[in-house]
Amino acid sequence: MKIYYLPSHEYIKVDGSVGFIGVSEYAAKQLGAVTYVDMPDEGDDVEAGEEFGAIESRKAASDLYSPVSGEVIGVNEDLADDPKLINNAPLDTWIIKVDISDPSELDSLMDQEAYDKYLATL
Amino acid sequence: METKKTCLHSRHTSLGASMSPFAGYDMPIEYAGLDAEHTAVRTCCGVFDVSHMGEVDIKGPDALRFVNHIFTNDASTLADGQCAYGMMTRADGGTVDDLLVYRRSAGDFILVINASNTAKDIEWIRQCSPGFDVEISDRCADFGQLAVQGPDSEKTMREVLGIDCSGLGFYYFTTLPDLTIVSRTGYTGEDGFEVYAAPGKIVDMWDRLMAAGVAPCGLGCRDTLRFEAGLPLYGDELDDDITPIEAGLGMFVKLDKEGGFIGRDALARQKVEGPKRKLVGLEIDSPATARHGFEVLDMNGAVVGHITTGYNSISVGKNIAMAFVDAPYAALGSELQVKIRRKTAPAKVIKKRFYTPNYKK
Repeated sequence: MKIYYLPSHEYIKVDGSVGFIGVSEYAAKQLGAVTYVDMPDEGDDVEAGEEFGAIESRKAASDLYSPVSGEVIGVNEDLADDPKLINNAPLDTWIIKVDISDPSELDSLMDQEAYDKYLATL
Repeated sequence: METKKTCLHSRHTSLGASMSPFAGYDMPIEYAGLDAEHTAVRTCCGVFDVSHMGEVDIKGPDALRFVNHIFTNDASTLADGQCAYGMMTRADGGTVDDLLVYRRSAGDFILVINASNTAKDIEWIRQCSPGFDVEISDRCADFGQLAVQGPDSEKTMREVLGIDCSGLGFYYFTTLPDLTIVSRTGYTGEDGFEVYAAPGKIVDMWDRLMAAGVAPCGLGCRDTLRFEAGLPLYGDELDDDITPIEAGLGMFVKLDKEGGFIGRDALARQKVEGPKRKLVGLEIDSPATARHGFEVLDMNGAVVGHITTGYNSISVGKNIAMAFVDAPYAALGSELQVKIRRKTAPAKVIKKRFYTPNYKK
């Protein structure tokens, strides 16, 4: 699956028309131990660049932004019981699953190489 | 404005602390992690760099009369070597700052003020001083400050720093031969000490504490610890437009002390009439945390207040918060709601001292 990133450290892994959205290793490390993930409901629409939820640590809540537009077709229920999954394996722990409505939006995102370069500037 | 550094800045960065600007200083937020640092202070001992705090000397024949003029608590009942917590208030009762007053003698006091307020406070103190024979000195640059906090603090002070504090009572201080000041005070709800000394000495003490394995603690857990103990943070539970009465700090406001103080009449009136809003504790039935600024609603959805501080509490184990609510909703047990982003969560008013402090009195 190809992976793309936003500058705010959300990723989307793309499998055909389905996108799995989570947060990067860098974000997971910055957040510290995750205490709660605030997620939309299945059937909600998300929009590229818009906030769709929040991820909480002891210190703070950080808004989550969607890399693409589309309908939420799944939320990761495991996170309700164990939000620290995000710390343990951020790239294997998607938060929401989206039916991508406009694949051309992916073109404006960073691929892995571009994201690595971006991280080097932080 | 350029970000200032405390005398321990290079120690923090070499320990790998995550640093963040606070009150004009680049300060450590956490080292090993907020939860571990919080637990160290609750169970054994941790040390904080609080060198950003401000110190002001008030000396002279009118020092006592002047301190009492600007301070809500009563400095005249203090023994030499005793300190007191209280506020400076404006004529309308709004809080200029909350502070500790250390009485060396009736003619010699140290005021310890919040870093975020030092410039404002010193200007305020000077403005209030005409008519009093006092000398006001900004000592902020002369002192670094450490807070050694936790049940093992007394042992740590003795074994690591060679300072015997066994005879020091709660809210008393001593001045060592090298002019280091040690008080049995803190901001964590645990026994502990605050140490004021020249920056070089502070660095030396810090290094000895690190070599002995004492946990370095950042501002992250300083906030969770003080919050659980129900202690206010200026900027959250207090500010220029919040009175100590509203914030539930009436026990530190001595309305009947001789000579009164600035703000006395406004606060006395508010106490009689009852404040329109009150600071309360909230227990929130939600896995999400209600944070500063979030709205508090009544059961019909009308806004009746706002959160001042909220955490998924480490020592209490649930989501709790402090909030200002309109007085009719402030009674213990009141059922309210909190708006957390798009959702609302049920909340109940509880005592805001969420964690019972373990002070050595």
